[in-house]
Amino acid sequence: MIAPTIDHADRATAPGVDPTPGASTDGYELEGLGLTFGGRTILSEVSLHIGARERVAILGPNGAGKSSLLRVLTGHAPDHRGSVTLDGRAIASYGRDALARRLAVVPGEVSLPFAARVEEVVALGRVPHEDPLRGLRAADRRAIGEAIEQAGISDLVGRDARRLSLGERQLVVLAMALAQEPRTLILDEPTVHLDLRHQVEVMTLLVGLNERQGVGILAVLHDLTLAAHFFPRLILLDRGRVVADGHPDDVLTTERIRAVYGVDPAIIGR
Amino acid sequence: MSVGAATEAPTAVHIGRLERARRRPLALALTALAALGLAIVAGVALGSVSVPFGDTIAVLAQRLGWPVATTWPETTQVIVLDLRLPRVLTAAVVGAGLAVAGTAFQGLLRNPLADPYVLGAASGAALGAAIAVIIPVSVAWLGFGLVHALAFSGALIAVAIVWRLARTTSLSSLTALLLTGYAVGSLLAAGLSIAMYVSGAQLRQIVFYLLGGFSGASWPQLAAAAPLVVLGSILLLLRARSLNALLLGEETAANLGIDVRRERAIILALASLVTAAAVAVSGLIGFVGLIVPHVVRLIVGPDARLVLPLSALVGAAFLTLADLVARIPGELPVGVVTAIIGAPFFLVILRRARAGYEV
Repeated sequence: MIAPTIDHADRATAPGVDPTPGASTDGYELEGLGLTFGGRTILSEVSLHIGARERVAILGPNGAGKSSLLRVLTGHAPDHRGSVTLDGRAIASYGRDALARRLAVVPGEVSLPFAARVEEVVALGRVPHEDPLRGLRAADRRAIGEAIEQAGISDLVGRDARRLSLGERQLVVLAMALAQEPRTLILDEPTVHLDLRHQVEVMTLLVGLNERQGVGILAVLHDLTLAAHFFPRLILLDRGRVVADGHPDDVLTTERIRAVYGVDPAIIGR
Repeated sequence: MSVGAATEAPTAVHIGRLERARRRPLALALTALAALGLAIVAGVALGSVSVPFGDTIAVLAQRLGWPVATTWPETTQVIVLDLRLPRVLTAAVVGAGLAVAGTAFQGLLRNPLADPYVLGAASGAALGAAIAVIIPVSVAWLGFGLVHALAFSGALIAVAIVWRLARTTSLSSLTALLLTGYAVGSLLAAGLSIAMYVSGAQLRQIVFYLLGGFSGASWPQLAAAAPLVVLGSILLLLRARSLNALLLGEETAANLGIDVRRERAIILALASLVTAAAVAVSGLIGFVGLIVPHVVRLIVGPDARLVLPLSALVGAAFLTLADLVARIPGELPVGVVTAIIGAPFFLVILRRARAGYEV
C-alpha cells in the first residue's frame, strides 16, 4: 500500500486522549462487553472509555469484531453482556429517536429500491430533526446544503443516487450523516471504495469536524496507514478482544502487526 | 470538503435547486384533481342512459347545497344520485385506497414490484368471497352481502397469517414476509380453486368477483368502505417519515431514529386495512396499486409525504376513468381495463424514464 504524501506534522497538534479521563461521563464507557451470536463469541471482555470529542479508529483483521462493536455502540445488539453507556446512560435505555439525534452512522453499503436524487438521499439525514408532517423547513434545508458542500458532492446534486459509482455513493451517505448534525459520527469503512484523493479528503473532513466542531469520530478502518496518519488514537481488535489501544506509534508495532494480521509490516511501509 | 473547491459552490445553489424540485408536485396535484373532477362528471353523465353534462353538473351542485332551480326530470335525479354517483365515488375511493396501499407496501418491503396484494390480501379476499358464494346462507343487510364481509375478513386474515408466520422464520424480515406472502397466497389460491370447482352454477358469481368492478356499488357500501380507506390513508400519511427513512434499509432507518419493528407493524396493518376495504367493495382490481405509485414517484421523487397523497389523487382519477371506459362497450370488468390502459402506459414510462431516472 502506498502512503499518502502528506507531512506528518499535523499529528502533533491533533488532540490526544481526553486530558482528564474519568472527569466526565460524556462519551462511551464499556465495561466487560461481550457478544455471542449463534454460539460463537464475537466480542469478549471489551472495556473502553471513548470520550465524546475523541477521534478514534478501530482496526483489526476481518472477523475481529469491528463491525459488531459498532453494532453494539449504535444500539443494534441489545443482547450483549457487560455494560455499555453513552453519556452515562445505558445504551439500551435510549429510544431510537434520541440516539439518532446524538449519533449518526455512515453505513458501509446501502441500496435504494427506487430512484432518488442525491439531495433527496442527503435529506434523509434530517429525519430525526424534521417535523413529521410539515417536512423540511429552512433549517433542515440549510443543513442539507451544508452537508452536500462539506462532503464535496455539489456536482452530484440532481443525479439519481443509484447511478453513481460506489465511491460517490459513499460520499452521499456520508453527507446524509453530516446532515443529521450528530455529536458523534460513526463510520464503517468510510473510504473502502474511494480513490486516494477522496480517501485523504474524507479523512481531512473528519479531522476538521473533530477539531473545529468538536464532533466525536469513531471509524472502522482497514487502511492502517490512513488510520495512523489521521487518528490520534487507535483501537486494535483481534478475535473479539482489544489487543492494543493508544497512540498509533504504540499500537502499530512490527511484532503486533505480525501477530494480529500474520503479515510482515514491511509490506505496508511502516 | 476539499479546501479549494468548496468555496465555489455556495449553499444557496443547493437550496435553490431543492426549492425548484418541489414545484412539480403542485402541477401534478392540480392535473390529477382536474382529471378526477372531469372523470366524476363524465362518469355520472355517461352510461346506458346519457344525461346531459349541464343537467349532471346542476344535479350535483344542487345536492351540494347550491341554489339551482330544478329543471330536469325526476328520473335524471335518480340516475345521477342513486345509481351513478355512488358507483363513480366508489371507484374513486377504491382507486385512492389501492394506490396508497401500493405506495405503502412498496416502501415498507423496499420492493418496486410490490402491490397491495403482495402479502396475500387478494387471495384471502377471493377465497372469502368464494366461500360466501357457495355456502347456502343468504345474509343481506343494507346492500351488504356475505361476499363483502367475508372478502374483507379474508383479506385481513390472510395478511395476519403471513405476518405471524414470517416472524417465526430465521430469514431476514423482508425476505421472510415476501416469501411467506407468496406461500400463503398460493395455498389460499388452491383453496379458491377448490371452491370454484365445487361451486357449480355459482361459478359465474365467483368469477365476477375475481374480475372486479363497480356495477354493484351503492351508497351503503360506499359509506362502509370510504371511512376505512380515508382514515387508513390519513394515518399512513402520518407515517410518511418512517417510509422515507426505510428507503435506505431497515438498519439505516433505525439509525435515523425510526422504531422499525413498531412502524413496520403499524404501516402493514393500515395498508392491509385499506386494501381489505377496497377489495371488499370492488373485487380484485390489479395494476392501480402497482403503477400509480411509480408514476407519481417519477414525477415528484421518492418523498412519501408527497407520494402518498398524490398517489391517492392519481389513483382515484385513474380508476374512475377506467370504470368509465369499462362501461362504454357494455359492462367490461374494470380490472381488464386497468390492465389494458395500465400495462402499455407503464412500459412507455419505463422507456422514457431510462433517460433520467430508473423506476
